[in-house]
Amino acid sequence: MYAVNFLILGAVLFSLGVFGVIARRNAVMVLMSIELILNAVNVNLIAFALMNDSAEGHVFALYVIAVAAAEVGVGLAMVLMIYRNRRSIALDELSVLKG
Amino acid sequence: MNMETISTDNWILTVGTFLPLVGVLLMMFVPASEERTHKQIGILTSAVTAAVGILTLFRFDYGHSESLQFFVDSEWITVIRANYTIGLDGISLPLYVLSMIVTLLVMIYTWDNMPEAGNPKSFIMLMLVLQVGMAGSFIAHDLILFFVFFEVVLLPMYFMIGVWGGENRQYASLKFFLYTMFGSALMLVAFLALFFQTGAESFSFAHLAEAGALIDRDVQIWIFAGMFIGFAVKVPMFPFHTWLPDAHTQAPTQGSVILAAILLKLGTYGFVRIAIPMLPQGAKAWAPVIGILAVIGIIYGALGCLAQTDMKRLIAFSSVAHMGFVMLGISTLTEFGINAALFGMVAHGLITGMLFFVAGSIKHRYHTLEISRLSGMLIQMPRLGWILGFSAMASLGLPGLAGFWGEFPAILSAYNPNFGLDTTLYRVLMIIAALGTVLAAAYLLWLYQRTAFGRPNPEFETHTPHPVGAGVSDEHHGSDIHDVTVIEWIAWTPFLIAIVVFGVYPQLMFNVMDPAVSALVERVGAGIP
Amino acid sequence: MLAATLSSGWFLENAWLIPLIPAVGFVVIILFGKRLPQGGSEIGLGSMAASLAIAIGATVQWIQRVNSASADGEHALGGFFGFARAIVPSAAEEGGHTAVFIEPVVRSWTWWQSGGLEFGVGQHIDGLAIMLLLLVTFISLLVQIFSTEYVSGDRRYTHFFAALTLFSAGMLVMVLAENMIQLILGWEIMGLCSFMLIGHWWEETANSKAALKAFFTVRVGDVGLLVGTAVIFFGANDWAVERGSNGFSIRAISAWALSGEASNSVLFWGGVALFIAAIGKSGQFPLHTWLPDAMAGPTPVSSLLHSSTMVVAGVFLVARIYPVFFVGFDILDSAVNLITIIGGITIIAAAALAFVQDDIKKVLAYSTVSQLGYMMLGLGVGAWLPAVFHIFTHAFFKCALFLAAGSVSHSGSHHSFDMKKDMGGLARKMPITATTWMISTAALCGIPFFSGFFSKDEIIDNASHNGYQFFYWVGLIGAAMTAAYMTRATYLTFFGKARGAAAGEHHDEHADDHADDHADDAGHDDHGHDDHHDAHAGPHESPWRITAPLVILASLAIFSGYLNAPAVGTHWFTDWVEPAGVEVAVDGAATHSSDEEHALGFAAITAEEGGYSEGCGFTDPSEGTVCYAPKLSHAEFSWSKAAPSIILVAFGISASLWLSMGVFGDRRHPLKGLTSRSRIARRGHAFLVNKYYLDHLYEGIIVKAVAYPLARAAYWVNQNILDGIVNGVGRGGRSTGDWVYRNIDQRVVDGAVNASGLVANETGHALQPIQSGKVNQYGALLFGAATVGAIVLILVNI
Repeated sequence: MYAVNFLILGAVLFSLGVFGVIARRNAVMVLMSIELILNAVNVNLIAFALMNDSAEGHVFALYVIAVAAAEVGVGLAMVLMIYRNRRSIALDELSVLKG
Repeated sequence: MNMETISTDNWILTVGTFLPLVGVLLMMFVPASEERTHKQIGILTSAVTAAVGILTLFRFDYGHSESLQFFVDSEWITVIRANYTIGLDGISLPLYVLSMIVTLLVMIYTWDNMPEAGNPKSFIMLMLVLQVGMAGSFIAHDLILFFVFFEVVLLPMYFMIGVWGGENRQYASLKFFLYTMFGSALMLVAFLALFFQTGAESFSFAHLAEAGALIDRDVQIWIFAGMFIGFAVKVPMFPFHTWLPDAHTQAPTQGSVILAAILLKLGTYGFVRIAIPMLPQGAKAWAPVIGILAVIGIIYGALGCLAQTDMKRLIAFSSVAHMGFVMLGISTLTEFGINAALFGMVAHGLITGMLFFVAGSIKHRYHTLEISRLSGMLIQMPRLGWILGFSAMASLGLPGLAGFWGEFPAILSAYNPNFGLDTTLYRVLMIIAALGTVLAAAYLLWLYQRTAFGRPNPEFETHTPHPVGAGVSDEHHGSDIHDVTVIEWIAWTPFLIAIVVFGVYPQLMFNVMDPAVSALVERVGAGIP
Repeated sequence: MLAATLSSGWFLENAWLIPLIPAVGFVVIILFGKRLPQGGSEIGLGSMAASLAIAIGATVQWIQRVNSASADGEHALGGFFGFARAIVPSAAEEGGHTAVFIEPVVRSWTWWQSGGLEFGVGQHIDGLAIMLLLLVTFISLLVQIFSTEYVSGDRRYTHFFAALTLFSAGMLVMVLAENMIQLILGWEIMGLCSFMLIGHWWEETANSKAALKAFFTVRVGDVGLLVGTAVIFFGANDWAVERGSNGFSIRAISAWALSGEASNSVLFWGGVALFIAAIGKSGQFPLHTWLPDAMAGPTPVSSLLHSSTMVVAGVFLVARIYPVFFVGFDILDSAVNLITIIGGITIIAAAALAFVQDDIKKVLAYSTVSQLGYMMLGLGVGAWLPAVFHIFTHAFFKCALFLAAGSVSHSGSHHSFDMKKDMGGLARKMPITATTWMISTAALCGIPFFSGFFSKDEIIDNASHNGYQFFYWVGLIGAAMTAAYMTRATYLTFFGKARGAAAGEHHDEHADDHADDHADDAGHDDHGHDDHHDAHAGPHESPWRITAPLVILASLAIFSGYLNAPAVGTHWFTDWVEPAGVEVAVDGAATHSSDEEHALGFAAITAEEGGYSEGCGFTDPSEGTVCYAPKLSHAEFSWSKAAPSIILVAFGISASLWLSMGVFGDRRHPLKGLTSRSRIARRGHAFLVNKYYLDHLYEGIIVKAVAYPLARAAYWVNQNILDGIVNGVGRGGRSTGDWVYRNIDQRVVDGAVNASGLVANETGHALQPIQSGKVNQYGALLFGAATVGAIVLILVNI
């Protein structure tokens, strides 16, 4: 019964994150949204770990946190560089990779 | 059927193969602007590599050239049961050492013949990586390892053509890349099929040669088909050859030489080392097809040569014809044929490599390779003209020069193919192939007569300013025309000497190859009921 | 089995040095020749002299070897290289001499191997090889001496000598060949040198084209050599391996062909293929067209390569492995076979062509072709020895003729070879040249007591002896024609009125000679006058370096015949050269296969007595023995049998002389007085009185209407049809190549490749809009796809 609540929390967080990734123009906001998604996953992992009474979920969650930290580090560095070069971090203006 | 292995001095292959990477690493830390340093590192690295290669020659036990020597077998990727299995026998030794020496000489040639695009840093690094791939392919005795090395070769060559090539380089490099990738894809499928059909136990050549023979005939034929396409593209055999003229024509001289001397041999080597011993019944079923395509290649390549107006393209087409002789020899599945094929591989590498060097130098001097515009080279550059004549004679299979020993025994072997292959068919093939030697004489002498004999084209007379701009940056063509330079002599002399030495005393190579080939044919015979 | 051993010696054992010396000489000339005081010619001459010395030594020792066998079977001079040999001279007297098989001196070193079989390179010295070794080294040396004068000052003097020396090495390699591969090696090296030397003055397109044509035509024939060698190899190999040899070994092939175990069809087809090679190399019909064109090369080249030595390589090939042809074509049991047909056609066709040539070298070229036809005919009718003897004598007189022609152009006609324009009346200006020319001509025509008579007449005689009646007549007619065209050439060159350059006229354009004028200037500076002076000074005799070889060769043109002149009872040549067709005992299997020598291992040589229709080549050799040569019988010489040919030759000479004078002569010329001194000439004189009538009749009607159209037709066929086919094949190949390349390669095959690229490209274009570059859109796509995936997963699981 607990699990359901956690899962709902996870789903809400995930949806917020997805909305952020798709709709926000600001790169920092997008990165934060990605953090939300990752944390939604973490919540789920912990919830399932508790449900199944195993440690694997915890381990994975820790792993995800570490990776997320690295990812945000790189991401923010990129955002910084983009800002320096273009004086803007509006994502819809960044379409140089258009095929 | 256990392949005997000898494991003394087994560091030598790993060192010899991966040594160029040390040079690459070193060059990473040198700024690109220091071109001389890069060239020096390149020459030094490849010289040390070649020295290790020569040492291998001395350490090789010629009394046991049928067994794998310097053998290493250690775990590599256990999940997929791929091992780091390497070794050298009489079949691979000549090619292995050839690849090292050719790289060294090409590196020396680069000293003052850098292609126009410049940037020797990347160029030399690519060549060193290429060398790793080539040498690795010849020592690998594990399918996955072989495949990795085989593919490592692709990328540097792609860049060499694509960046340092001629006007149409992008098209040519892409064609080369896609074509070979297409072949590799099918080859990989075939490798995997072979792996699973033999019980998914090991990728090692020795195991597969033993277990592969037990596969159903029909399955063998299908697996062989996959390998056939993969290797045939690389050889290249008719009708998979169309990448070759473009790649050769557009590639820088160094690329052409390496392509002709070593890369093409990966295909034929694959047939001899992998496809035929692992799938004897498949090989027998496919042999007539290979033979027919090989002979079509001989005639077709020669006809193609006759139609060319560009010297480099002509030499490229002649490769199709020569590799046809090699494949004809292989398709007979006889000791004679396979020996001839192996000899032909080395000889073709030396001779066609030499021809491409000469073509490159002619292009460097005249800025054109149009046969109709060149003439009287013997007057303007007597030495270069003589070298061209020498190479042409070697290429058309004159006895006493290396080319003959690849060509004649191959023709001879077709008279009596092994394992009950259709004698009548092969005898017809033999006669057509022998006629191919006439065509070879025709196109090479025709080329030679038109370019070297006669009087020089007034267009290129010395000290005549060239009025037609046409995108050529050089103002004076005539002033560029000089005879063979010191660097060229250094790079070429070993080729010329090797062509004569192997031509005069072929036993040097047959002695090494023959026991290994005999053992191979015996194993194939055991696999054919 | 008596323990007697043939004598041997250092020179015989080390005959392999003979080709090696010029080969090394070639390398030295190429590398250092230009820096030497004589431009490398001293190396060429030196190496040829050294080879000649060894060849002479070997010849002497070979003769001793022959004598040691035939004089006394008990000679025991010790085995060599672990070989124990024994000889029992046959009791059977044949042709007045004892039939003993003289063991060839064979040595071999491993050259290459395949399938565990080792193949050698080495020497196989028997009478035939000895004869050619001596001949080639000797003539090469003389021609090189001649060349030091003839091409002196040439821009590529060094290269010229390098190529000549390499040629000698190649020819000697072939002559000594122990096996077929070695023979091919020498054969092709000669082809290369022929190419290099014909195209020596390659600045002119005509010369380089002639060089190309020569190499290419011979190469066509070489297909036969490759195929034939393969056929014979696989036919003979198993048999030979059992006996410790292999299927390339010339000895093994000969023995196998006569063993009775050889399949006749293999022998036949192998023989046909090899004969095609001989046709190409020896300028036989229909592949002879390259030989006259090859005259574009310098004259020493024509005299060495294209008359006396290289072109006999084809004949040598047939003679070398004669048993293959003997059994394959069933020579003694038929009245016609491929060799005789080709030889016969060649004799007549080439001789007819020689009548319409204005170029003196072309006359000689066609004459060479025709004489090679005789040699082939001889081999075809089973007259092995006369054919080989004809190689020997022909080499001397034909070489002399070419050198004389060279001498004429060098000093008499200002570098022109045109007999009608620039020669005539040179006999008095150049007495030595003219004398040597006429002696050689007499030899060529087969006038009795000159060497050609003894060889050619034997061929013709044996044709009838062995039942080839038709070819007997072909030979006779050919002899008459030879006499006739040579008389015409002699008359035009040395007699009659001097014309053009021979009369001292100065040409501004030097017809068809040296591209390099400085060459000639330098050459003449030696005699203290320059080009212009020379031209005005008119014809004169050539310097000694030209005349000395001429004199030597001309004297040999007389005397070489007496080595084997049945008319005076000599048969040394037969004794020394002909292998006896007797059964030879073989010492079991390959017990003697050592590194140094792995020929068939023999311990003893016995000779079985045989009747007329039995013996080697007729009946299979008995158990434990092999045959190396078929047993051939020789026609007995008699003057009555020689009479027809003598008469025909005499007729040919007189008719031609008479015609030549009528057609080319000048009425007021003092030579005209000759006509009243002989009966035939008087008859000619009677006609000549009616000058207009005769001129009209013979020149206008007979010559123009019969001889010219006939010969011209042959020449036309030669130039247009045969040559046309060669050219057409070339052009056809070219245009087929063009067509295939343009339509199939570039469109179909390449098209398929490009099409697949195009498809990939179009797909890419279609998918392009998705690649917007906007991160948000990518995210949306990603999550959209994930959602779809999730839904699918749920649906599947439900």
